[in-house]
Amino acid sequence: MTRPRPGRLSPPDVLRLAAYGLRARPLRVVLSALGIAIGITAMVAVVGTSTSSRAQLNRLLDSLGTNLLTAGPGLTLSGEQATLPDQSVAMVGRIGSVESVTAVGQLPKAKVYRTNKIPAPQSGGIGTYAVHTDLLNTVGATVASGTWLNDATARYPAVVLGARTAERLGIDTVNGDVQIWLGDRWFTVIGILDPVPLAPELDLGALIGWQAGQRYLGFDGDITKLYIRTDPDAVEAVHGLLARTVNPAQPNEVDVSRPSDALAARAAANTTFTGLLLGLGAVALLVGGIGVANTMVISVLERGFEIGLRRSLGATRGHIRIQFLAESLLMSVLGGGTGILLGSGVTAVYATLQGWPTVVPSWVIAGGITASLIIGGVAGLYPAMRAARLAPTEALAAA
Amino acid sequence: MTSSTDTIVTLRGVYREYPGGVTALRDVDLDIDRGELVAIVGPSGSGKSTMLNVMGTLDRPSAGQVFIDGFNVAELSDRELSALRATRIGFVFQHFHLAPGVSALDNVADGLLYTGVGLRERRQRAEAALRRVGLGHRLTHRPHQLSGGEKQRTAIARAVVRDPVLLLADEPTGALDSHSGEDVMRVLLDLHQSGTTIVVITHERVVASHLPRQVAMFDGRVVGDQAVVMAG
Repeated sequence: MTRPRPGRLSPPDVLRLAAYGLRARPLRVVLSALGIAIGITAMVAVVGTSTSSRAQLNRLLDSLGTNLLTAGPGLTLSGEQATLPDQSVAMVGRIGSVESVTAVGQLPKAKVYRTNKIPAPQSGGIGTYAVHTDLLNTVGATVASGTWLNDATARYPAVVLGARTAERLGIDTVNGDVQIWLGDRWFTVIGILDPVPLAPELDLGALIGWQAGQRYLGFDGDITKLYIRTDPDAVEAVHGLLARTVNPAQPNEVDVSRPSDALAARAAANTTFTGLLLGLGAVALLVGGIGVANTMVISVLERGFEIGLRRSLGATRGHIRIQFLAESLLMSVLGGGTGILLGSGVTAVYATLQGWPTVVPSWVIAGGITASLIIGGVAGLYPAMRAARLAPTEALAAA
Repeated sequence: MTSSTDTIVTLRGVYREYPGGVTALRDVDLDIDRGELVAIVGPSGSGKSTMLNVMGTLDRPSAGQVFIDGFNVAELSDRELSALRATRIGFVFQHFHLAPGVSALDNVADGLLYTGVGLRERRQRAEAALRRVGLGHRLTHRPHQLSGGEKQRTAIARAVVRDPVLLLADEPTGALDSHSGEDVMRVLLDLHQSGTTIVVITHERVVASHLPRQVAMFDGRVVGDQAVVMAG
């Protein structure tokens, strides 16, 4: 006579058993799964928002270009502020890969006031820069209101304000009548710029024509900064040549930088904070896992008779074990799935409010599911073993 | 390892002792043949339930031999005993123990869950089993929509859906009023007539008196075993 062989539960049967067990106690399942959901929500939202912000930065850099370089005077060997030679613009312009170059000279003595009634110390930290008309295209700035300097206005007391300057002075529209007190004379505001991400120093600046500076404010023509737009493929090469080209005599007195690097570095600094929040999410997840384990232990204690009944229907220990394990996994995955949806929702809302693209990387979704599976498995293992170990007669007596 | 194929249950010198010195079965010898309907009767604490657990292979004896449908229980592993129950033994409990919120049909179909039969066939056979106990009109009803008698008949359908060679009923009428109890006994008698071997455990002598063979137990021993000649 052949020995009896137990039947196998098909995966759909296991799933049905697990779903049945959860359906019988919905509130408890929801509360237990909530812990997992909160943990996964936190982690997905943290990774999602930081990825979205990075995507926004990449989009920004794509539109701004990473091919802007600046060169400014550094310090001389004796520690004094150096200047750039007058001919540096022409020399940089002769480098093959340079698309455009423009010089800016700061006028440290020309302070900016809304009117001539404002006390002198309240200059608001606004810098006055003498600029050429090709500055706008080279740094990729755009005009928010009014117009940019042209060859005519660059010779007269006309000024274009940076975005923060306009805000500080309380000027939001340009109609040709607005004047500001700049370097002890009136300048007419002809335009306001949008913020310039690659040249943030211009945001808190008042920009006047090169000739106007020389004619009205005694500007000596000293160059304090060069903005250089290069061929995108030759940025590094130009970077290397720049100091020697700008000041062949003292290349060590030239500071060359790439403003897009500063933006990227600022974004990278945020990852420390992201790590901390991820840690908090992991703690929430751990607590959620303990909640699931607790629920499963109680469930096994309460369902002794069901276990006994199933053993009497022919369930093996393995069948009982897989049933409770599947229940724990399902509960945990329900929580994890909810967490992924919530976390993606939080990311979408936050990114939309910030005007960023919404990006939830697929590895986060896969990671969330995997984490909840692992938690469900670990949390369910002991209760499931305990349920399986229960002798049928003991289980039936538990009724 | 086998006994006669016409004997479904054979107990030889069976003892069952529990830790703490309680002896629930003492030197029990019993044979139940295929197609019999047997009542095991006795007061509470007489060892009836232990007897049912041992016959149902839910429990192993401390000493003695148990053969179920030719299998020596001592030679089978826990897995094999589970499989034996899945295919050959049906249980009916006093308090029905149907899954709440699950239709009568699916409750009965669960009786085949551990036999390796697919869902569709499980449901087909469950429907047939429910018709057999007179509940063809209650397939989609949930347990809370059924009367006590109907619940117990559903539980019986769950036990017989896999055509067990042995049906063990533990106080099947204990939780029912007399009218529903009679319904349930009639279903068991019908099953007996169609050839199922049935063992009913009861402490009610009235219930036992309707059955063709009565095994009386007291203090863990079989103290009487009589066959009654039934009218008709």
